[in-house]
Amino acid sequence: MALKLNQSEFEIQRDLQKCIVCEVCVGQCSNDVHEYDKDDAAVYSESMNCVGCHRCETLCPTGAIKIKKRDAEFRENFNWSANHLKNIYKQAEAGGVILTAMGSDKPHTVYWDHILLNAAQVTNPSIDPLREPMEIKTFIGTKPSRIEIKKSGPRFKLMKKLPPQLELSTPIMFSAMSYGSISFNACNSLAAAASSFGTYYNTGEGGLHRDLYKYASNTIVQVASGRFGVDKDYLNKAAAIEIKIGQGAKPGIGGHLPGEKVTDDVSRTRMIPEGTDAISPAPHHDIYSIEDLSQLIYALKEATDYCKPVGVKVSAVHNIAPIASGIVRAGADFISIDGFRGGTGAAPQVIRDNVGIPIELALAAVDSRLREEGIRHKASIIVGGSIRSSSDVIKAIALGADAVYIATAALVAMGCHLCQKCYTGKCNWGIATQDPYLTKRLNPEIGTRRLIGLLRAWSLEVKEMLGGAGINAVESLRGNREHLRGVSLTNRELDVLGIKHAGEAW
Amino acid sequence: MKKIYIKEEFCIGCRLCEIYCQVKHSKSKKIIKAFKKEQPDIISRVLVEEIGHNSFAIQCRHCADAPCAEACISGAMLKNDNTGVVTCSEDKCVGCWSCIMVCPYGVIKRDYSAGKAASKCDLCVDEDIPVCVKNCPNEALKFFDTGKK
Repeated sequence: MALKLNQSEFEIQRDLQKCIVCEVCVGQCSNDVHEYDKDDAAVYSESMNCVGCHRCETLCPTGAIKIKKRDAEFRENFNWSANHLKNIYKQAEAGGVILTAMGSDKPHTVYWDHILLNAAQVTNPSIDPLREPMEIKTFIGTKPSRIEIKKSGPRFKLMKKLPPQLELSTPIMFSAMSYGSISFNACNSLAAAASSFGTYYNTGEGGLHRDLYKYASNTIVQVASGRFGVDKDYLNKAAAIEIKIGQGAKPGIGGHLPGEKVTDDVSRTRMIPEGTDAISPAPHHDIYSIEDLSQLIYALKEATDYCKPVGVKVSAVHNIAPIASGIVRAGADFISIDGFRGGTGAAPQVIRDNVGIPIELALAAVDSRLREEGIRHKASIIVGGSIRSSSDVIKAIALGADAVYIATAALVAMGCHLCQKCYTGKCNWGIATQDPYLTKRLNPEIGTRRLIGLLRAWSLEVKEMLGGAGINAVESLRGNREHLRGVSLTNRELDVLGIKHAGEAW
Repeated sequence: MKKIYIKEEFCIGCRLCEIYCQVKHSKSKKIIKAFKKEQPDIISRVLVEEIGHNSFAIQCRHCADAPCAEACISGAMLKNDNTGVVTCSEDKCVGCWSCIMVCPYGVIKRDYSAGKAASKCDLCVDEDIPVCVKNCPNEALKFFDTGKK
């Protein structure tokens, strides 16, 4: 075999003074990095296989293992970075598309980090959320253009029924991740946490496992191009339906769940034969226009008696504003926009790192466009694609979002270390895998508890930030871009974001 | 009484329970020193059983009828009437291994280092939670009271 040109990405440092040869690392690594040598009564490690998931390091009882990034071994070259060289070596050897997973790790501008929040001083009082009421409940769905009320006795009555709404106890939902791409235990954790906290999780395009039917009132089901697992039961075991057109990490690209991951259970849930590849076409073959999209939206509304909001998920691309306008006019009750840095279980690296636009700019553009056209109330806007903290949540709301979708953050809460190897199906944390040795590593009781912890923590922080700004309801902040100021941004970027530069007063 | 219960569907077979049990029953109680200086003399009282991807950690069930205590010829193996914990006084044990023969779970082992004595789970009576339960990274071991003796 010819010489392989790529070197290992990580270096495994084992402190022999601390290593007690307990073999925990050996058993925990699904990539066969650590091996016990009987003759030497020692554990040896092969760093070439290491993906940097830190499972062994985390479980080592004596802290003997350290996973370090291997120092760049190439001659310094600004133009030809180590990444370019490594990719070329890989491709020259394998002759294929380089796969990767999770959101882009390239140093593109993160606009959240260039936006600062406001706080109340002197002229308006700030609010202490621990002592005064603070409302972070919000509703997703079409709002009527006007409401008519009638006085009946001491109470008022709505003359017309409101369109269906999702009631969120916090403006944070779990984004679409399919059963198949993640394990049942991971799906279960998300569903249980959403249900307990009063928010929603999204099934992704992999169908809905029967054991999760009990969380129906906190489930958003997806209808994607592969139409996996879609039937009447599926649609009716949900609080809302989302038509998936695109995903931030791979706009314009379909999905491909390898046959090895289509286990007995996955096949039943997806309604496809066991062991066959689950291929989601790049487009919906029945949607080539806004009119076609409208047909599907209304077909789904018909199927569910107009009782559930139907939304459309698109990735943030150059024409996102007019696309969003079309989606709203097609009859969607909410529009989910997935930004450039959004995650995935598998995507071609070149697509993930080069296609789409950052969510901050897409959100600002869509919110502005819908307002200009007077149709902003017709659909709620949900944004995702790398919401990393509560401050990202609140900045998104101030830029115009009704709620945010989190997925990577939720996986991280369950143990994910962002090694970007989901597509191998060997997730050592038991999340992105169907291997029975690995899936049991995620105890849904722990997963649920940690997800609830995350939702609770972020909600508290959102309340703190709202209170600091002198606002007592998340609905009062929505689209209130006066509460945002940019730093280190160009005039053009500020224009698109629709915010002033720091230092500019009202 | 409070007992250890096994949730085998979440046992990941890492054997950290065995490691911490050994540390707990070592002289030094320090993980690195115990493994580097006291091995192979420390015996884990919890045992991880594995077949394929199924595994679980089992230790003395502290049975209500405790056949080991019944079978003990020297009075070393006793079930405490108050706590329900079955313990073996290693100084009294004569190493006849009757307890090992009758244990329905196979969780009693020989400990020659202690001079022919039977070694078994003592439920870490001096700890709030047994160390195997405390250190299970996936909560596959639970310690609680079901109200039964």
